[in-house]
Amino acid sequence: MRYETERTRRRGQADTATDTLARGLGLFSIALGIAEIAAPRALARALGMKGQEGLIAGYGVREIATGIGILASKDPTPWIWGRVAGDALDLATLATALEGNNPKKENVGIAMAAVLGATALDVYCAQTLSRESPHPLPPLQDYSDRSGFPRGVEQAHGAASDFAVPSDFRTPEALRPYTQPEAPRHPQPSM
Amino acid sequence: MKALVWHGTTDIRCDSVPDPEIEQPRDAIIKVTSCAICGSDLHLYNHFMPGMKSGDIMGHETMGEVVEVGAEAKGKLKVGDRVVIPFTIICGECEQCKRGNFSVCERTNRNGNIAAKAFGHTTAGLFGYTHLTGGYPGGQAEYLRVPFADATHIKVPNGIPDEKLLFLSDIFPTGWQAAVQCDIQPTDTVAIWGCGPVGQMTIRSAVLLGAKQVIAIDRIPERLAMAEAGGAITINIDEDSVIERLNELTNGKGPEKCIDAVGMEAHATATIDSMYDRVKQATMMETDRPHVLREMAYVCRPAGTLSIPGVYGGLLDKIPFGAIMNKGLTIRTGQTHVNRWTDDLLRRIEEGQIDPSFVITHTVSLEEGPDMYKVFRDKQDGCIKVVIKP
Ligand SMILES: NC(=O)c1ccc[n+]([C@@H]2O[C@H](COP(=O)([O-])OP(=O)(O)OC[C@H]3O[C@@H](n4cnc5c(N)ncnc54)[C@H](O)[C@@H]3O)[C@@H](O)[C@H]2O)c1
Ligand SMILES: [Zn+2]
Ligand SMILES: [Zn+2]
Repeated sequence: MRYETERTRRRGQADTATDTLARGLGLFSIALGIAEIAAPRALARALGMKGQEGLIAGYGVREIATGIGILASKDPTPWIWGRVAGDALDLATLATALEGNNPKKENVGIAMAAVLGATALDVYCAQTLSRESPHPLPPLQDYSDRSGFPRGVEQAHGAASDFAVPSDFRTPEALRPYTQPEAPRHPQPSM
Repeated sequence: MKALVWHGTTDIRCDSVPDPEIEQPRDAIIKVTSCAICGSDLHLYNHFMPGMKSGDIMGHETMGEVVEVGAEAKGKLKVGDRVVIPFTIICGECEQCKRGNFSVCERTNRNGNIAAKAFGHTTAGLFGYTHLTGGYPGGQAEYLRVPFADATHIKVPNGIPDEKLLFLSDIFPTGWQAAVQCDIQPTDTVAIWGCGPVGQMTIRSAVLLGAKQVIAIDRIPERLAMAEAGGAITINIDEDSVIERLNELTNGKGPEKCIDAVGMEAHATATIDSMYDRVKQATMMETDRPHVLREMAYVCRPAGTLSIPGVYGGLLDKIPFGAIMNKGLTIRTGQTHVNRWTDDLLRRIEEGQIDPSFVITHTVSLEEGPDMYKVFRDKQDGCIKVVIKP
């Protein structure tokens, strides 16, 4: 399955990888957010941050919102930059847990390393996406002459009215249109 | 011989495999002169459809020349005959075949018991399309074994190029049946979601059958341009609200006939329901993405018809059945009963009413096949339909 947006549609193969990365980061955000909301106590204990459960759950909500933004928006770029900002906030918060005599400093270090790794990916992804043109490109090929009708659309319209719809494919009488005025000569808006 | 072989998700290779042989008296072997990649193959490539095994040969849109005929097929076929092979394998004798419901032939699916477990009943055997439908090797290869060949073929005359005839195997009759299922009246607006190869054929069929107005919906500019060339009014889902535009074009009443030529891999749009599908699919709680179906049920005019040639494989969530029931909509769907329509369609090609080759954008060798799967899926290079010449 491909993650595709209006503005990224036409980028070549390498760029499909960036789309996949963005999508992956979106899913990661949601998963992390769910963990933060579901188990703030366990996380706080592991990081020696007792009393900060509310903050952790709040960060979880932020992660989920960002994740949904990345996956659902037409253009994920601002949302990925949002992740970068979120990473900075996470790092700053974790850094406070390094102060004093926190017995879980080692865990905090591991968590910071993990966040730094994610930050690197986020920055890379956001920069690659930002480099792209914000304008949709014109069609790659011109197919405006490919009607498929050797005698043209006008002639083709209704050319198969000799076709008898088989009885098992017919609309029940009661659902048919009440009146059947003359058909126009070729497809056109009814307004 | 060489063939395109499925090895896993997005892993299709051009391999050397043993030549097919006559296994049953009703078999025939054809030398493939042209075959094509279909949107249905993408569901296998992306591995949305379950039931593929590593080593399966892909392909169900095939034509060629008969090179060997089993004893019991001899009355109907001879060496040298030029044939298009329908993607549905048919016996021609069972109750369903006799009614013309070929895609639910009761006899040709050799894994009918597995299909019955999944769907309640067996459906026809299909070429190159999962073990749920018989696991028959497909036609993206140099040679193809055609089971039940005395019934499973469309004889075509010499003197017309392959390109005009090949799509009798699937997408032309599929687009045709999608339109016929709508029993189009001269007063009807027909809205068609998806301007891939199937959507393009559906547009042409709806025009030929005399719809008042044909509206085509997609997001790929080249595909929309091709739809317009065929006589459709277009809606780009990235630029417009589909529901609003459809209502505008029908004086607020909605289209009488809605056709889903997209299927289970509908693109996410920026709507809540698309988001919901992605999350549910990622967590394996839903198999298909029915965004288009929801939109159709909502916008379709009361007492109208939903025609669904797009392929679905399993369970769909949040289908607004209340709208379908209360508006009294008719739903018609199914794999195409190819041979039911092909005599008539061949005549229309011969008479010059339509030339289905308009949809071909790329012609390649078997060796280039695996790369073309990706190009077709990602709609790169203006790709709409790929023909392979083995
Ligand atoms: N019933 C049958 O017998 C039969 C036969 C052949 C193909 N099919 C099915 O028909 C479907 C289409 O086949 P194809 O070869 O044209 O495939 P395709 O993948 O080339 O075309 C699908 C098109 O739908 C468009 N699309 C995606 N999401 C959309 C949305 N939300 N709204 C509007 N358009 C959207 C895509 O941009 C694409 O152009 C597939 O599901 C295929 O399996 C059915
Ligand atoms: Zn097909
Ligand atoms: Zn049968």
